[in-house]
Amino acid sequence: MAEGWLKSAAGEGGTMLLQAGGHWDARNVTRLDLQLRDLTPTDDMPVVLDLGAVERLDTAGAWLLYRTLKTCRAGGGRADFAGLTPAYQTMLEQVAANDQPAEIEPPHPAALLAVLERLGRGAVDVGEEAKQQVAFLGLLLVCLAGSLRHPSRLRLVPLVYHMEKVGFNALPIVGLISFLIGVVLAYQGATQLQRFGAEIFVVNLIAVSVLREIAILLTAIVVAGRSGSAFTAEIGSMVVNEEVDAMRTLGLDPMEVLVLPRVLALVITLPLLAFFADMLGLFGGMLMCWLALDISPGLYLERLQDAVSLWSFWVGIIKAPFFAFLIAMVGCLEGLRVTRSAESVGQQTTRSVVTGIFLVIVVDAMFSIFFAAVGV
Amino acid sequence: MEDAIIRVQGLRTQFGDQVIHDNLDLEVRRGEILGIVGGSGTGKSVLLRTIIGLNRPAAGRIEVFGQDLGQATPEERLAVEQRWGVLFQDGALFSSLTVAQNIEVPMKEHLGMPARLRDEIAALKIAMVGLPPEAGSKYPSELSGGMRKRAGLARSLALDPDLIFLDEPTAGLDPIGAANFDQLIRRLQVNLGLTVFMVTHDLDSLHAICDRIAVLAEKRVMVIGTMADMLRHEHPWLQEYFHGPRARAAQPQKEELLEEAST
Ligand SMILES: Nc1ncnc2c1ncn2[C@@H]1O[C@H](COP(=O)(O)OP(=O)(O)OP(=O)(O)O)[C@@H](O)[C@H]1O
Ligand SMILES: [Mg+2]
Repeated sequence: MAEGWLKSAAGEGGTMLLQAGGHWDARNVTRLDLQLRDLTPTDDMPVVLDLGAVERLDTAGAWLLYRTLKTCRAGGGRADFAGLTPAYQTMLEQVAANDQPAEIEPPHPAALLAVLERLGRGAVDVGEEAKQQVAFLGLLLVCLAGSLRHPSRLRLVPLVYHMEKVGFNALPIVGLISFLIGVVLAYQGATQLQRFGAEIFVVNLIAVSVLREIAILLTAIVVAGRSGSAFTAEIGSMVVNEEVDAMRTLGLDPMEVLVLPRVLALVITLPLLAFFADMLGLFGGMLMCWLALDISPGLYLERLQDAVSLWSFWVGIIKAPFFAFLIAMVGCLEGLRVTRSAESVGQQTTRSVVTGIFLVIVVDAMFSIFFAAVGV
Repeated sequence: MEDAIIRVQGLRTQFGDQVIHDNLDLEVRRGEILGIVGGSGTGKSVLLRTIIGLNRPAAGRIEVFGQDLGQATPEERLAVEQRWGVLFQDGALFSSLTVAQNIEVPMKEHLGMPARLRDEIAALKIAMVGLPPEAGSKYPSELSGGMRKRAGLARSLALDPDLIFLDEPTAGLDPIGAANFDQLIRRLQVNLGLTVFMVTHDLDSLHAICDRIAVLAEKRVMVIGTMADMLRHEHPWLQEYFHGPRARAAQPQKEELLEEAST
């Protein structure tokens, strides 16, 4: 690749002669820029920039030459070009005509101030988000009531499609996780209870913890990560493409078309997933009890009947639709809050998962208090 | 030195069974503005994407700057890629970067320029495409369609390419904005010695700035020539395209623009 070069010499009559040559183009300007910035013209010494040997000049190169001339002149000295061809002349004029500083980034405040500003913005944002969630909840309920009154408005095909995606397709991962947790609980519980010679109570431990808390909570967390994020990303990309706006102008309500099928699909399938998780958790525990503790499946099932009432089972399942509603609602809301950039899709997706899981755990705690109060 | 900057020979592109181009030949000469026209779906955008390597051709040979892109090593390809700029239909700006940062991307990635010089050159390009200085710090989502196009053009000019590809540069601009954009392209072409490959439906642009026009039909370049050739050609589609009600409204104005550009 051809190089560009710059030589400085003392010219005639006490001038400083800068000779430029070779290729003055974007590929070479980095080096030439360093060389030119180091150059400090002595006061009052006229500068001549000789372009006689330049073989190629583009806007980047022309900018460097023009800038050098400008700084020399700004210092009060005289500076001129020499050896200009008409083409270079045009290029330099072009650059001179477009010499205007532009803003590169939005202004940054000072570091400490920036931290404070972020904190403030974050706090306001959390409040704003909570407000929007409540408003969205209201809208969603109105929409739901509307479609209950006119069931024909309910979109069955998307509903079934989403049920398959969020429910059926999640079976393997939800099943595997619950099974493994059942195994782990049996094993950990047994090593502790063996010390009291009470290993048979490991069945109670597994049954109560899996049915009441662990199966549903894990399922909800997996679904928040899997489907809540998908809802946000899908709806968010549609917002970026202005598809949601297009929908509104066509008289379609995004709430009815996008949000409701997703929410309903999750509300219907999460209890089923939770039931599946219950079964596999208990099965994992049973397998481990049999292999490691010699508690036969028959004995395990018998203990199971004694250990848990039907309510333990219902306590877990009742929570499922509430969790589903929260996850789907947050997922859709965050998707609609996307602004028109790819980055914001990512941000809102992260937010949707974090908020979804957070809300699930908060509501789970409230349920625990409630169930303790009513005594089941 | 070769006179054709782009040389396409025997090009065939297809998606599945659907053949888009078959045995297509095209030559783009150094320093010209070539307009590509053709009905919707005749494969103008696909041709552009194939030449710049976003689509693999099923057969044929594509040479750009005398380099056969089918045979090029990754290094050779990169060298060619640095010599062209592409303006996609909607600008295709990176949404997480400001306009100025978008323009700086190629300078930073390929040439490793220091930040200060990048900022200066970005400011220069912003002015060259006629954007106001404040636009530099705006994000693409905060710009109008026409401003996005200008910003996209500025990014495609970042490395001072010898060749630029434009996909419908004036679509979606108001007539004044479109005329300005035409003028801008003409001015850049004259002053920077650019070669321009432009897909367009805009009859005004065709009249005003295109040196030659290539008509895509029947899976190949059916006719290529100057505006005058197009007007004389008796193919019915060409007759309708260039003599239809909208064509009559678009006055020949190339000479005026050329004068303006060179002053
Ligand atoms: N990725 C793709 N997969 C399959 N078919 C495609 C793909 N991209 C384009 N096509 C097909 O190739 C044909 C040509 O498309 P192209 O976008 O090049 O049209 P065009 O000439 O640019 O039209 P317009 O003037 O409307 O922009 C169309 O029939 C289109 O359906
Ligand atoms: Mg197209």
